[in-house]
Amino acid sequence: MIAVQDIHVTFGPGTPLEKHALRGIDLTIPEGQFVTVIGSNGAGKSTFLGALAGDVLADRGRIAIDDTDVTRWDTPRRAGLVARVFQDPMAGSCAALTIEENMALAAARGRRRGLGLALGPNRRRGFKERIAALGLGLENRLHDRMGLLSGGQRQAVSLLMATLAGSKILLLDEHTAALDPATADFVLDLTRRIVRENRLTTLMVTHSMRQALDYGDRTLMLHEGRIVLDVAGEERAGLDVPHLLALFAKQRGGAEISDDSLLIG
Amino acid sequence: MSEIALFGAIEIGLVYALVAVGVFLSFRILDFPDLTVDGSFPLGAAVCAVLLIAGVNPWLASLAAALAGALAGLVTAALNLRFKILHLLASILTMIALFSVNLRVMGRPNVALLMQDTVLTPFYGLGIPDHIVRPLVVLVIVAVVVALLARFLASEFGLAMRATGVNARMARAQGVNTDAHVYSGIALSNGLCGLAGALFAQTNGFADVTTGIGTIVVGLAAVIVGETVLPARALVLTLVGCVVGSILYRLAVQLALSADAIGLQASDLNLVTALLVAVALILPRLRQKAKAKSTAGGRVAR
Repeated sequence: MIAVQDIHVTFGPGTPLEKHALRGIDLTIPEGQFVTVIGSNGAGKSTFLGALAGDVLADRGRIAIDDTDVTRWDTPRRAGLVARVFQDPMAGSCAALTIEENMALAAARGRRRGLGLALGPNRRRGFKERIAALGLGLENRLHDRMGLLSGGQRQAVSLLMATLAGSKILLLDEHTAALDPATADFVLDLTRRIVRENRLTTLMVTHSMRQALDYGDRTLMLHEGRIVLDVAGEERAGLDVPHLLALFAKQRGGAEISDDSLLIG
Repeated sequence: MSEIALFGAIEIGLVYALVAVGVFLSFRILDFPDLTVDGSFPLGAAVCAVLLIAGVNPWLASLAAALAGALAGLVTAALNLRFKILHLLASILTMIALFSVNLRVMGRPNVALLMQDTVLTPFYGLGIPDHIVRPLVVLVIVAVVVALLARFLASEFGLAMRATGVNARMARAQGVNTDAHVYSGIALSNGLCGLAGALFAQTNGFADVTTGIGTIVVGLAAVIVGETVLPARALVLTLVGCVVGSILYRLAVQLALSADAIGLQASDLNLVTALLVAVALILPRLRQKAKAKSTAGGRVAR
């Protein structure tokens, strides 16, 4: 479960470039819920995810994960509770390390890392089984460097890595934006499967309204650092992309939508 | 090259192999260009020499030298991580500060070890010529260090250290405290250089504040030569490559200096070193360019 109370984030306070990125976000996400997040560029989506992950510390407010107050925790400390997949396939894994080494890194998330071997025979076998389940034929390439994989394969392995340490929260920051449409669909289906199988509480930021409505069971729209739309259940089931666009335009005071990226999909 | 000169080159190559491995750790694993080694190498020599003269057990003295080097590394890491000074500059600051520290430790610019027992003493009486015993003992020490280091880098802690150097953001997202790993990696790197300094003092019979000058270049040279001669993926082999590179580098320098025809003398050592490193760095680039040109030409022809 994630409980967020009135968090504010300001970048560069007191400077000419001061940006009030989050202006009071209140949100409770029950365990196992899959939430999609949309909003235009600069709406605060990534900042919000960063604030949940610990990359950005909130100036004000409170963040609790599974009833633990993590507001002041830094990223490594929160990593035991929160798993992430980034937009850039290169960002979420180590290109110079092998697939199994990347998996070993992820499997130790939230644990003390000691001097025991990172890759024993038992662990290798476990990794092989897990990666075989992806159906990408990667089980015979565990010794290959991660950098040799395609973007889609890397995102798939990153998703798998997110489940290795048993954390219950998954943050996806436009994790299919850098992929071609067919690969993006594959990664999204894999996402849905992994979220369901592991009963993960998930936040997925996306630029695609289509994706936002098709996946998950609740949709948030962020605008200028606030949540301006929060739909779930039947209300959400009745929504279509044009509705969403109209709602979005209304939020902007009826102005024309200039952000082309919002129209995609 | 005489037999004595040959074994002398191998011996000094093995001593500097520890520097090479240390430099590999900072430059390659952590991606942290650390020049502290120019200070931590003579620091190790100084600490070891002074302790030997005070009658301390040579193994303990060598360990103390390694710890002193590690401490110097921690200072550099703290300047960089805690106070946000650029890593290169942070290491230069520690390096020049250590010059004064080393003078203080020894009380004078150099200390001779004439009658003191060293880690080599027990092995001198075994009927093997001294100039062969010395590289043998150092070889054993280097082998043990390389084996331990390879095992360390394969551990969960070591893997997290490697991830820190490759992709710090990802490492943090996987719960790795990257700062802690940089601290320990730079400390370990300089600890190895301190140990190398201690072995240098014991094999050569003196410690001198000026022996540190250019240590970083020698270490880098060894790493680069090793990577060229032994382009391996496996980490253990890369470490062995550092050792081989260090020995080859010393042999090359020895050859260059002893070939009378070229007319070089011992004082040209640093010039030869710099040239060798520059060539080793430029060659792969030229080769790549030539390759790119030939493929581009092929495309046009088609």
